[in-house]
Amino acid sequence: MTNHWSDIGNADVIFIMGSNAAENHPISFYWVTKAMEKGAVLIHVDPRFTRTSAKANIYAPIRPGTDIAFLGGMVKYIVEDIEKNPQNYNMEYLREYSNAGWLINTKYSFSDGLFSGYDASTRSYKDKSGWQYQPDDKGIPKLDRTFADPSCVFQLLKKHYARYDLSTVSRVTGTSENMLVEVYQAFALSGRKDRAGTILYAMGTTQHTVGSQNVRAYAIIQLLLANVGIAGGGINALRGESNVQGATDHALLFQYIPGYLPIQSTAHPTLAKYLESITTKTSDPRSGNWKQHQPKYAVSLLKAWYGAAATKDNEFGYQYLPKIQAGGNYSFIALFEAMDKGIVKGLLALGQNPAVGGPNSNAERKALEKLDWLVDVDLWETETAAFWKRPGVDPKTIKTEVFLLPACASYEKEGSVSNSGRWAQWRYKAIDPPGDAEDDLWIMAHMMSKVRELYAREGGPNADAITKLTWDYGEHPDPNRVAKEINGYDLNTGKLMTNFLTLKDDGTTSSGNWLYCGSYNETGNLMARRDPKDNSTIGLYSNWAWCWPVNRRIIYNRASVDLTGNPFDPKRPVVKWDAASKKWTGDVIDGFGTRGPDLYPFIMLPEGAARLFGMGMADGPFPEHYEPWETPAKNVFSNIQFNPAARVWRPQEQGTPDKFPYVATTYRVSEHWQAGAMTRNLPWLVELMPEMFVEIDEELAAEKGIENASRVVVEGARGQINAVAMVTKRLKPMLIDGKVVHTIGLPWHYGYMGLATGDSANILTAYIGDANTTIPEYKAFLVNIRRA
Amino acid sequence: MAEKAILFDTTRCIACRACQVACKQWWELPAESTINRGTYENPPVLSASTWNRLRFRETSVNGKINWLFTRHACMHCSSAVCVWVCPTFARTYEENGSVTIDRERCIGCGRCEEFCPFKAPVLGRHNISPRIAVELGTPRQVAFKCVLCKDRLEDGLTPSCVKTCPPGALQFGDREGLVAKGKARVNAIKAAHPKASLYGETELNGLHVMYVLMEKPAVHGLPENPQVEDYPLYDENTFPDWYVRAVADGKLPAFPPNAKPEWYLQPKLVPVPAPPEPAFPAAVSRIIPSWSQPALWSWLGVGVIGGAVAIGWTIKRRNGMKDHKKT
Ligand code: SF4
Ligand code: SF4
Repeated sequence: MTNHWSDIGNADVIFIMGSNAAENHPISFYWVTKAMEKGAVLIHVDPRFTRTSAKANIYAPIRPGTDIAFLGGMVKYIVEDIEKNPQNYNMEYLREYSNAGWLINTKYSFSDGLFSGYDASTRSYKDKSGWQYQPDDKGIPKLDRTFADPSCVFQLLKKHYARYDLSTVSRVTGTSENMLVEVYQAFALSGRKDRAGTILYAMGTTQHTVGSQNVRAYAIIQLLLANVGIAGGGINALRGESNVQGATDHALLFQYIPGYLPIQSTAHPTLAKYLESITTKTSDPRSGNWKQHQPKYAVSLLKAWYGAAATKDNEFGYQYLPKIQAGGNYSFIALFEAMDKGIVKGLLALGQNPAVGGPNSNAERKALEKLDWLVDVDLWETETAAFWKRPGVDPKTIKTEVFLLPACASYEKEGSVSNSGRWAQWRYKAIDPPGDAEDDLWIMAHMMSKVRELYAREGGPNADAITKLTWDYGEHPDPNRVAKEINGYDLNTGKLMTNFLTLKDDGTTSSGNWLYCGSYNETGNLMARRDPKDNSTIGLYSNWAWCWPVNRRIIYNRASVDLTGNPFDPKRPVVKWDAASKKWTGDVIDGFGTRGPDLYPFIMLPEGAARLFGMGMADGPFPEHYEPWETPAKNVFSNIQFNPAARVWRPQEQGTPDKFPYVATTYRVSEHWQAGAMTRNLPWLVELMPEMFVEIDEELAAEKGIENASRVVVEGARGQINAVAMVTKRLKPMLIDGKVVHTIGLPWHYGYMGLATGDSANILTAYIGDANTTIPEYKAFLVNIRRA
Repeated sequence: MAEKAILFDTTRCIACRACQVACKQWWELPAESTINRGTYENPPVLSASTWNRLRFRETSVNGKINWLFTRHACMHCSSAVCVWVCPTFARTYEENGSVTIDRERCIGCGRCEEFCPFKAPVLGRHNISPRIAVELGTPRQVAFKCVLCKDRLEDGLTPSCVKTCPPGALQFGDREGLVAKGKARVNAIKAAHPKASLYGETELNGLHVMYVLMEKPAVHGLPENPQVEDYPLYDENTFPDWYVRAVADGKLPAFPPNAKPEWYLQPKLVPVPAPPEPAFPAAVSRIIPSWSQPALWSWLGVGVIGGAVAIGWTIKRRNGMKDHKKT
């Protein structure tokens, strides 16, 4: 989240898309309700009418996988309205804080679904030289703040979305034109200086082959509406796990090391090369260019990892680190394909249940059979742990050695949990775990100690990487100690670092994650703070827990003030510049505390202005609609049917609408949690949602002779499942490009273990990934349905 | 103590059913074995182990879909028929207005289950929850329902369902204040929901669980104008032996000490002409014909006439209440 949970209460318009917040994040509705009772308007866009829609002022249905068409239409609406009624928008923000006025290289082009620089043989944009600013003679991007220059971002944006007119958008999304206008108007109202609009999204946005571009579309809209950096605004990802924010912060993603520092690859054979690659440059005096500091964070990280063994002479241990193949993909699907091919021989699954949660479950379960060993660390024997005895297989034929390590539940261990709002909250152990269960920290510390012993005794490739690692957690690892290591030390004084401002790249400081530097310093464990008093007028609750970075509750908060440093909306001041004392008051100011409002607010970018034009994307600087991998429709926006840079693993496993005419989408319900191990073993929750079901509309049910509560078979190109039919008014057939299209809904919680069992929806989902993140396309695929 | 109440706001409820689970958790009630019946709603009815559940109703008006989520649990009526029909005086109006059950007294006759207009009390195994297992008498079926977390309230806590509700759809407090809040909320939503109303302000002389409704009560699955049905008098010859003995042995007081006799003869809060002063609690006279019951011999003084008066009076009051409701 750019903002945080309680900040939702500040919004005037709440736009929920690709999220079923009421069901999957019930507590968000504490704040949504608060805002609504002050008059806020709630808009929900979703293929199904859900418990969130039931609370919304405006509900708009949409065909799965057409978000960019929907949002592109909104961009067009707003851009045109900005030109007609600039007084209703924050033009100062758009001019000064976004890159709307920046000039783009004239080599940039877009035609018939392809941006300039595409290389079909590699399915990628190899040549992105056109996706750059036009530099002046000092290397600073040229600007036209009147937006008249045809090469400026505003004009390019306008041109790009001119095609997203209401009738085309409606043909693609199935949303009626009236409904589109109603939504666009309602959200565009938040563009006024005295209005705030927030966007809440979740996996319904990201789990598409255009998932990252869906989020980019939000960014464009929120920048046009001046909603980033302000109270009640922002782009807020509602994270699906209580600590998934912490997981990504600490780099449980292959492309990062902790603190979102890029992973080292074969393209960076030396530390110097690596550091150079992560140091952004600018000659613009108005740009803070925060990433110039990244080498300090990287070297401090190496010092945290290798301690005394990390010296200037050995590149601070950089050569100990394994390096990925430059351009290599080690994401979820790629790993399972590597298991299937016998390249990856062992799997350590901690609190993960890929046999239910991963796409193409049949394929993933089969891939597990190829492993030599599997260590499953969980509270229950999950489908993954029990894959070798799943229905339909003969355990005798499976050679994988499986170890099941019982783990502690959250109440049985101490540590920090980082919520979607970036708040790291310390929590304590309430009860002892049952039996032999141990906490993850204990399990990891002991496992690694044993591995170190083995390497010390027997050696092995790159043994130093393991034996030289700082790993002195002892018999009973203390989470406080780990938290302090993450915070980091001044290695000269032995004192905990106060924050990351004083981290150094000379080996005199350590920090396990620069973002968390300051969370546990000499004043104590700030994550454990529990002061419920709010000293702001906008519910920052700054002394409750601790939030990264440096306890800043709303990031990009410099964008909430005008060029004199006064809040655009005095009713909701986030920060304010006092020119006389040269000080900021309010929330912790975004970077460079002594720099006034002349500094560009988006300090993480070298140009300092937020990007309407996103040159960093793999699949185009502007979001463009492509159809999902499996779709009943032809792309009416261009002849490029499918995201030309998306990652396809098994092209032969593609379902077509002649055999599989219905669109399917997966989701969660309030009553179950993720792949279900925790909730499908809890009788009270099983009682509420006892078995796998599929939601279908009344018309389709009538056509197929399917009665409510009867059993049906849902089949797709990769498998079939059996489920209870739930015939509902909450789904409706849509008219897509003149053709009736039915959408069916499948919760993905079920599997063959636990008290509530059922076929896994993911048996039906494809091995196909977003162009930027390779997140699988769980949210749109094709199926057929019939009576069982 | 001031009268307390729960205010349930259907416009705020997101049907997360945390309240449904929190109730089971607090009272250690077992899960039921259910199937998916083509709806999110589960279990399908209240039961001895489910005292609070959510109703899900899909509506479609002029093509506009709505999904109504409505609490289903005991409403803690001011004129509680369950209290009225209970032959063993197992029901009590607490000072805060809630209606509780002394399951030790419950003989499982099922009359409360039969006559409650909200289908709240349900019979079930006496030891369904280990925490509140019945000790006295033979193993039997007894009545269960929401008791407004009596023990939690005594400890200064709010009811378990209210405590857990994420969006604040459930509020607990002084009834008077909640009536005002409920009315204000109804006014605020009238434009969006013209049929909105505050349910429970006056129904059955005032409920201690009130709902802010978006639609007509029936659309939410509630009786439009809850009334007390006619009911036959209990046949005192059918008291189970254990009960008769327990009263005779003094293990159960013949009449609960805190109870008021008029509770068992008439709906509460209905103005009634002053009854003839009975020598013994008038209520008790209903069971006077049970000559065979040794514990009741001491009440002979009231005699047959007293019994007849009481019965007649009961019927009159019942009709009286109906008239009262009509006005
Ligand atoms: S709702 Fe039923 S059980 Fe509850 S007090 Fe009223 S009559 Fe008694
Ligand atoms: S806990 Fe609250 S929001 Fe959830 S179902 Fe119960 S009343 Fe509704």
